[in-house]
Amino acid sequence: MGWLVQYVQSYLDPRVTVSPGAAGNVFWAVVYVLLVFAGVSLGVICMNWLERKILAHMQVRLGPMRVGPHGLLQPIADAVKLLIKEDIIPAEADAVVFWVAPFIVVLAAFTVFVVVPFGPAHAITDMNIGILFMLGVSSLSVLGIVTAGWASNSHYPLIGALRSSAQMVSYEVAMGLAVVSAILMTSLNGFGLYGVGGPDTPGIGTLSMIGIVRAQEAQHVWFLFKFFPLGLIAFAIFAIAMVAETNRAPFDLPEAESELTAGFHTEYSGFRWSLFFLAEYSAMIAVSSIAVTLWVGGWLRPFPNALGGATWDLVFSFVPGLAFLFLAGMTFYNVRRMPKHPFFKIQTMGLAGFGAVLGLIGLILFIPPVRDRVGDIFWFVAKVAAFMYLYIWYRGTFPRYRFDQLMKVGWKVLLPIGLGVLILTAGAGIVGLEMAQHVTH
Amino acid sequence: MTDPKTLSPPSLETHVAARDETFLDTNELVINMGPQHPATHGVLRVILRLDGEKVMGLECVIGYLHRGVEKIGENRTYAMFNPYVDRMDYVAAVSNGLGYCEAVEKLLNVEAPPRAQYIRVILTELNRVASHQLWLGTHALDIGAITPLFYTFRDREEILKIFEKYCGARLTTHAFRIGGLLYEAYDGFEQDVKNFISFFKPKIDEYEELLTTNRIWLERTKGVGVISGKDCIALGVTGPVLRASGVKWDIRKAQPYANYKNFDFEIPIGLNGDTYDRYLVRMVEMRQALRILEQAVNGIPAGPIMAKVPKVIKPPVGEVYHSIEAPKGELGYFIVSDGSTQPYRVRVRPPSFVNLQALDLMCRGQLVADVIAVIGTLDIVLGEVDR
Repeated sequence: MGWLVQYVQSYLDPRVTVSPGAAGNVFWAVVYVLLVFAGVSLGVICMNWLERKILAHMQVRLGPMRVGPHGLLQPIADAVKLLIKEDIIPAEADAVVFWVAPFIVVLAAFTVFVVVPFGPAHAITDMNIGILFMLGVSSLSVLGIVTAGWASNSHYPLIGALRSSAQMVSYEVAMGLAVVSAILMTSLNGFGLYGVGGPDTPGIGTLSMIGIVRAQEAQHVWFLFKFFPLGLIAFAIFAIAMVAETNRAPFDLPEAESELTAGFHTEYSGFRWSLFFLAEYSAMIAVSSIAVTLWVGGWLRPFPNALGGATWDLVFSFVPGLAFLFLAGMTFYNVRRMPKHPFFKIQTMGLAGFGAVLGLIGLILFIPPVRDRVGDIFWFVAKVAAFMYLYIWYRGTFPRYRFDQLMKVGWKVLLPIGLGVLILTAGAGIVGLEMAQHVTH
Repeated sequence: MTDPKTLSPPSLETHVAARDETFLDTNELVINMGPQHPATHGVLRVILRLDGEKVMGLECVIGYLHRGVEKIGENRTYAMFNPYVDRMDYVAAVSNGLGYCEAVEKLLNVEAPPRAQYIRVILTELNRVASHQLWLGTHALDIGAITPLFYTFRDREEILKIFEKYCGARLTTHAFRIGGLLYEAYDGFEQDVKNFISFFKPKIDEYEELLTTNRIWLERTKGVGVISGKDCIALGVTGPVLRASGVKWDIRKAQPYANYKNFDFEIPIGLNGDTYDRYLVRMVEMRQALRILEQAVNGIPAGPIMAKVPKVIKPPVGEVYHSIEAPKGELGYFIVSDGSTQPYRVRVRPPSFVNLQALDLMCRGQLVADVIAVIGTLDIVLGEVDR
């Protein structure tokens, strides 16, 4: 047992700032794989509930209200329903390919999380080609979608799969260009928006996900604001492309319900369908993680410059606990608003229990060692959650693009702008470097 | 490339024959859309012939909701048939009832008293707004914007509440009787309508805020499903579809019925005859309907609500055609009387059925996604298409 204690002690040591995989710490790497898998699955479940509720409130309805207090148990009820449904493989379908397709999609969606840095020490591994790995693996899901559509041997899935493959491949180009600008920014030197001032040392220049965030830390600027407005434009391109990449509204053509009934997964049902669902949502989380890492400073807390210093660090370290206490407070407010009828007794108690759990988590987050270890995870997840909210917001607001318009936006708008931004970023970087040298000498 | 619209539609049989003859050529993909499809507004079945995503032609298959309403009419007395017409265009049941009642009144040569006329106009215009609301919600839903549906349904509820208060039914109202009305307007009817007008005016702005200048909405609707005024007339297409193609034809103005000539309102017309113009025309029509409502509710005269109509309706031998401007277009009733208590023949000219003919012309050369947009913009109700 001594080795386990040693591992735990080494984890709680705040001086450890290397991700376990990179440190060759196989035990912790395995634990992290399990934790991340569980965390992402939990995230998908939460996202499922939140999307229904938020979308419902945007659309003047209540959303799920019956299964558990405020429908909190709805995702679980749905999961149970999907698992016990009959597993149908159409007679005309290619059974083996039909069987394999969902697993390819899920595999691609989950493997991406190997390099996602939830914090400097909270990543499964730190690959030196992290972002390349991420883009490469996430584009594998196209393979699963095409095979799903083809194996179904049915018209609607076929069209859905063709649309999907064309869409994902085209938007990957624009996405890649935006990513390259961000990577270029890591190699540039100097502080602040325009890289003027700061040390006269060459920039980091890295593809590692952790390295990219460290570069933002070192340059005292999130790449979103770097070379304003270049970083912002590159970020916008990525933000648009990532919605298209995950087949979400307004680019949800492959599964355009009103046109193709359900697109590539029309013939899927039950557990296999739920795998597609799981993959879609975890892919959303994955691309949001990329966006957060590249542009929004990853695990770094907001306002590092304006509100810098040890005092503010301390203040911001209370935010996670306060956030959970706020959620707990909201829950208890809703407990008081529950109908005072005996029928609702269990529901009210359940909601109160949920609030108590949230409050307990909030209180645990105030304990100093925990507070220091989870602050980075909290900020990362909070930023990803903001992107998730955007996804829901888009869905509630926008009509759907037509296929040719989608291609037009990808190739004729995003691609040229992406190229332009890339060139300008390189130019701005050189000018900034010159100026920085000018200032220091 | 030749304009696909000038091509004569190749029949499905020749297509199938050509496919069987040769093995190695590019074939059109024949897709069956409907009758169970989320965007065909009920049980419309469309056989699409696609080249990639391009529509080479399509064929509508209808009749899945056929109930033989016209035949039923021959076996019911004039008054008994009245509720059946509500079941044709169940979204605009009040308009259907108005058309039928007025046709029989024309046959009987009676006229509903002024008070009844005013209440009829109020209910019909309310129903026009309700029908357009439902169209807007489903049309936007088909194009991918899910939120307007809930907004329109929320506001449509207010209209249905007025119907429910007036006659007890929300959808198939059976609001009118031959010769006038059965029910007097309930206490507070006028106030309810006034409240609705002031409630709904800002709501139209809310809908427009979501869609009218939305980039994606513009791209999805502008230049989609274009049909010229000439083609509309040749196909007999009426209603907002015709007006959006630039033809100023509204039966409320052209052949005034009820007491529409007393009201001051405008007929919106479009310029391009595309889906966006049809959207705008219907939005303006909702505003104009509110204008009519405002005038009507402030001018309801006192008096009887029922004309002198015999208990057993036995119109003289003859025939009559009467048409009204239903929310979806010209709704006509052709009734032949043989002097008995039952009509010899009731023929309905439903706007949805006639407008649906234009679908092939409007969709040819467009993409699959446009078919959905065009079905939505035609504003068909399958209950009325199939009858």
